[in-house]
Order: sequence, then structure tokens, then C-alpha cells
Amino acid sequence: MNALMTNTYPVTAADYTSAGRASADIKRKLKQLGVSGDVLRRVAVASYEVELNLVIHSLGGELSLSVYPDRVQLVSSDVGPGIPDLSLAMREGWSTANDEARSLGFGAGMGLPNMKRNADDFDIQSEVGKGTVITMGFRLA
Amino acid sequence: MTIQDMVRILQARVLIGHEKLDTPVYTACCSDLMSDVLAFVDEKTVLITGLTNPHVVRTSEMLDLKCLVFVRGKVPSDDILESAEEQGLVVITTKATAFSACGMLYAEGLRGVPVPLEWNTEDDA
Repeated sequence: MNALMTNTYPVTAADYTSAGRASADIKRKLKQLGVSGDVLRRVAVASYEVELNLVIHSLGGELSLSVYPDRVQLVSSDVGPGIPDLSLAMREGWSTANDEARSLGFGAGMGLPNMKRNADDFDIQSEVGKGTVITMGFRLA
Repeated sequence: MTIQDMVRILQARVLIGHEKLDTPVYTACCSDLMSDVLAFVDEKTVLITGLTNPHVVRTSEMLDLKCLVFVRGKVPSDDILESAEEQGLVVITTKATAFSACGMLYAEGLRGVPVPLEWNTEDDA
């Protein structure tokens, strides 16, 4: 099925000031397309979490939004460093965030589990030295 | 209660959103950890916090929160207030500490957001 809309947002590593701008724009665009309520909130939260992860943990990457008639898809891909132990990374409370991220109120080890909880479909692939790709799908009622 | 009631109870100063003080509020959450707010809050509620960085407002935007209460008299910078205004948030500040602010609001009937949480049974052994 062809996408109604696609958009890609570059996300810069350690740019804490801009973190969240892509997600704010994604939320605005979805709202304009008539997405609302629970789905809009879940996409917004998952998007913000994954965008923050790119800023806090990655060496840089991008966040892509695709909107189809029956679903929204978010794909985050980065250029590294990759996650050595995915099961540990998915555990609530586990975090490798630095002090700067923690001082802003993040790094509680809730990001990945929270993305999984909010998305209808969640997939994460990671290779150390190469990078991480997270794909999330959200069904539109 | 309404946000106006919260302003009265907390003897708070309204920074943004004077026109929306009659908005009803039923629940609130209090945290400086935006990670937790993002993970556990799933209703349009009030956030009481001592954190004044832009991510407090951005977190509120993602969750469609109604009102931000800054404690210990904290006032965020103008650009943060501007982005709160763009979103239609009400922002107030109180001299009370987070603990006292929560206590005063709870005593007047405001309740915490329901957080579904189950003990890990393995930890009970």
C-alpha cells in the first residue's frame, strides 16, 4: 500500500536542545491528517522516546515517519555504536545514559520498554560497530 | 477542582494560560523524572515538577497535559514559557516544595494518576 505521507528527520547526537523537535512535528502532521486520541498520544510518546535515544545514545541517525491509510510507521536508524546486549537494553531500569541526559530528567531505563508498550508492533535490530534500527507500527482505528 | 482552585490552594502565580483557569482537573502526578512521566502517565493530567528545562514542556506536549506546576518558586525561561503558550498549556508556579504542594492538593481532593503496576512475584520470595 502506498504511503499517504513520508518524512525523514535527521537527528544529531548529543543535541539536547533540539531533541524532541522531530517528534513535535510528527505529532502536528498526524493531527493535521486527522489522527487523534489514544493513537496520536502513543505515536508521540514512542517517537519522543526514540528521538531522545538517538540524541543520548547514538552517534547520529534519522527518524522516518510513514503514514498509510491503516497504520503509522516510525523507523529510527543510526550509524552506531550498536547495542551489545539487547535483552539487557530492553529491561526496565537498565540505562547507560550519561549525567547530562539524567540531569534533564531522562536515562531512567524506561525508553525502549516504553516504546514497545506504546507501539502495536515493535522490532529492534542492532549490530555493534554498525548501528541500531528500530521499527514501530501503530494501527489506525 | 479547577486549575483556579489549584492556584488558590497553592497560593500560586499564573505564568501562562490565564484564560484557561476554569479547566477541571481530577488527577496529578509529581516527578522530576520525565522518563517516568512518559512511561506511566496516560491521561490529560497535571504535572508538578521542580525541573525547568525545555523537555518538561515537550513531555507535556507529547502527553497532552493540561497544566504544569513549578515548585519552590521556580520560573522557567521565556523561551520555555513561549513554547508552553503555543501548546495551550497552563503554567503556574508556587513557593511550596513538591512534597507540600502535593499534600495541599491531595487534602483538597486531587488524586494521583492511576499507575498500573504489579510487583514482580520473584522479588516477593
